[in-house]
Amino acid sequence: MSRPQGGMNTTNLSSNEQPRQSQFKAVIGLEVHCQLNTETKLFCGCPTQFGELPNHNTCPICLGLPGVLPVLNTKAVDFGIRLALAVGARLQPTSVFARKQYFYPDLPKGYQITQYDLPYAVGGGISLSDGKFIALTRIHFEEDAGKNIHGDRVSYVDLNRAGIPLLEIVTEPCIHTPEHAGEYLKRLRSIVRHLEISDGNLDEGSFRCDVNISVQGIHDKELGTRCEIKNLNSFKNIERAIQYEILRQIDLIEDGKKIVQETLLYDPALGRTQAMRSKEEAKDYRYFPDPDLKPLIISPERIERVKTNLAELPEAMANRFSESYQITLLDADQLTHEKELALFFEEVVAKVKKEISPKIVANWILSEYLREHNEKKWDFKKPVITAQNMADLLNLMAEGVISGKIAKMVFNEMVDTQADPSVIVKKKGLVQITDTSIIREAIATILANNSGQVGEYLSGKEKLFGFFVGEIMKVSKGKYNPALVNQILKELLNDQEKTLQAQK
Amino acid sequence: METSLSSSLKAWQIAEKCKRDHNQIDPMINFFIDRNVRYKDVLNTHLYFDVQDIYQQVEKLKSQAYEHLPLAFVPVLIKDNICTENIPTTCASKILEDYRPPYSATVIERLKQAGAIIFGKLNCDEFAMGSSNENSAYGPVLNPWDKEYVPGGSSGGSAAAVSAGLCPIALGSDTGGSIRQPASYCGILGYKPSYGLVSRFGLIAFASSLDQIGPMTTDALDAALLSDVIMGHDPKDSTSLKSGSPSWFQTLKELKESEINLKGTTIGVVSEFFAAGIDSEVNACLQENIKKLSELGATIKNVSLKSLKNSISTYYVIATAEASANLARYDGIRFGFRADSHEGKKSLKEMYANTRTQGFGDEVKRRIFLGTYVLSSGYKDAYYTKATRMRQVIKDDFLAAFSAVDFLVGPTAPTTAFKLGEKNKDPVSMYLNDIYTIAVNLAGLPALSLPCGINSLGLPIGMQFIGKPGDDFQILKGAYVYEQATGWHEHHKPKL
Repeated sequence: MSRPQGGMNTTNLSSNEQPRQSQFKAVIGLEVHCQLNTETKLFCGCPTQFGELPNHNTCPICLGLPGVLPVLNTKAVDFGIRLALAVGARLQPTSVFARKQYFYPDLPKGYQITQYDLPYAVGGGISLSDGKFIALTRIHFEEDAGKNIHGDRVSYVDLNRAGIPLLEIVTEPCIHTPEHAGEYLKRLRSIVRHLEISDGNLDEGSFRCDVNISVQGIHDKELGTRCEIKNLNSFKNIERAIQYEILRQIDLIEDGKKIVQETLLYDPALGRTQAMRSKEEAKDYRYFPDPDLKPLIISPERIERVKTNLAELPEAMANRFSESYQITLLDADQLTHEKELALFFEEVVAKVKKEISPKIVANWILSEYLREHNEKKWDFKKPVITAQNMADLLNLMAEGVISGKIAKMVFNEMVDTQADPSVIVKKKGLVQITDTSIIREAIATILANNSGQVGEYLSGKEKLFGFFVGEIMKVSKGKYNPALVNQILKELLNDQEKTLQAQK
Repeated sequence: METSLSSSLKAWQIAEKCKRDHNQIDPMINFFIDRNVRYKDVLNTHLYFDVQDIYQQVEKLKSQAYEHLPLAFVPVLIKDNICTENIPTTCASKILEDYRPPYSATVIERLKQAGAIIFGKLNCDEFAMGSSNENSAYGPVLNPWDKEYVPGGSSGGSAAAVSAGLCPIALGSDTGGSIRQPASYCGILGYKPSYGLVSRFGLIAFASSLDQIGPMTTDALDAALLSDVIMGHDPKDSTSLKSGSPSWFQTLKELKESEINLKGTTIGVVSEFFAAGIDSEVNACLQENIKKLSELGATIKNVSLKSLKNSISTYYVIATAEASANLARYDGIRFGFRADSHEGKKSLKEMYANTRTQGFGDEVKRRIFLGTYVLSSGYKDAYYTKATRMRQVIKDDFLAAFSAVDFLVGPTAPTTAFKLGEKNKDPVSMYLNDIYTIAVNLAGLPALSLPCGINSLGLPIGMQFIGKPGDDFQILKGAYVYEQATGWHEHHKPKL
């Protein structure tokens, strides 16, 4: 499909940086480590639950005790197949697990089981909103390491995370802007969440990104020296870090200095990247096939089985929403970014009266609802406002019980109290006034008090109609039915005009 | 009563006696406890032996229905690289000095389910690396036939214990000959099953693609019985074959008189096994025995395995590469030995270095260095990758030979047992001891060593049968036929 334009947040370069940057080209490759949300670890039966006491989710296997052997989690493999199918990667009939060797206290066996020269999926990619295609090099399985916790005098090791299944998703070095990098990551995260294979939670580290970045002159054929930025835990920081790093490298080149290949950390407080290690050690992981695991064979039957149960992807969902709900592709794209939001939308649409079009529902969700969601950092999985309450609110509007303006007030109240909209309307006396005699009397009073403006209106200054409406709403605190206000105001003004003409 | 107790009782006989008459149980257990107490320190076979623990197992088993258990009350000794829950498992290394695993190996679970009594843990070469048992951090095991001689290795403790009648059956492990060579040196039967037939879960890895646990017994019947118990698919081991448990013991027992021969069997004599380097007495003994196999009805055929000359170098690249990774977990962080730091604050790197320098013995360190080297960038293609290709050539060579024969015969080792200290200063001459056994592991084949002669020094000579992949029964039956015909294994015992 052709992607809607815009729609994703972008970080714009400050205008004075633009000409300087135009002399250079950044080349960016991304490596995402995505934790699979299987119930058990990749090679043992330990639970993957986040937030347990240290070393609670461990067994002899993930502790790397002598004599233990790994047994591959088939669910994790199915999850991996889902992602490969979703991004159009080629599933390899045979792939191999390898040992990546290095010493570190959070790595119990002294090696990580990963896939090296024979990953389970290669190729594929993700399209961005402006049509840019981010090509993937490969996707492979690996086990996560544990965590070192440093105290004052001693260090501790927590191996709860050791052995949790990860997918490493590697792009080609085909990205040139922080915005593309950011949008790719958001779309990838959206996909893994739609597929229900990962929480994609950046805070808890279930979706981690390393950035490889180099800068070269726009006419240079050879790639510049690349640096790797690690430890990026929010989309905003990723884009900012890339932006900072591009400028840092350009500065160095312009000053005639050399770029040192190194691993950097981004400090969000300082807004800059800093060298992680002063001197990069030569790394030799001594990869070789893990003799404890047979090659992974993925049969065509297995792929078919996974394919038939594959969840609807965000892109397809957006197309469907746009067509069947008659909303813009841009709105549909935003609604389907988070699966829970898309389901929320569909649920509300199903519950509202037919006077409320999906377009109105979309507007409410994308403006009022999403604004509150982002401001209050709600979790899509634990909705603060239920679809039923949202639909009830819109239905109250459709029934004429409240006006659109009042609806927004009620919505804010719902956010604060989580109460039913009808309860709020009753308690706060927000029911719309539709009694024409009350409205007529109020309007008559306002016209009488503003005879000057009435005169101007009657002599052709029709813009003043809005002024009268505003005055009426002020008096009624928004409770008068706007349609009736319009109708009666017109009537009374017509009467005045007739009277005037009769007087003439 | 006393006459029925003997160190030459077979496992199946012990189980039968104890099941038939429960009054036999305690005398039987006590007889073997006494024998262990008497010889274990003389031969330095044991790394763990606890009489209370034995009695507890016996009492527990007595309270259960044991009538159908194939190994009821049979004393079994275990090589100390096989994990036993809450019982020290050291791999004969200082680095695992006080280590007690929180779980038992699958083979241990299966032995216990079959009624076996785990009598103790046996000395071996450190991490199963060695051919003489001199690489143990807890001192060498002595050969029961002559205590000036090595028992072979790495399962030297298992071979010596069975040979000395401390138990009828023991478990060993074989990565390049570690069951067969000590069996040969100690005059017992040692059988390395086809790769994948016995679960490796709980076997402390040396070289994962080569390691295999196997029975060490005095005859083929007991080897069959022990195989029936420990074999069968294990979901905890991804390299375990998807086959059920065999019933070879019964099959052998039920062979008719007319079937106990080698008629219709073609046996290949590997010419490379009789080339330069073989001891003349071993050579002569094997030639005589090949004649005997022919007399038993076998057709003898000469075969050649051209790639055999590359097996030692291939093996020492692959085995050490795997070992260097397998032994990385001994880092002093989570379990086992950690080097003290009396000199104040030490860096993490220093802790690793000191722990591993002090915790591992020389041979283990030598192999870690070798393995690290052959996998290093810039060298990996020339060594590791090339060795994996050569491994395939060796496999193919064997398969080609098997197209014409049912199994292969040759010596287990070029010589009989050598003297303590004779070779341990020269690693290469030690490695060459495994020349006839190593290729078998590279190809994943079944093989066994059975006693077939005595040299002029009174030391036993072993004959090796090498079978087709998965056709383990063929060589067990061959050994059984040989035993029935010669009775050799019954007539020659070490004088302790």
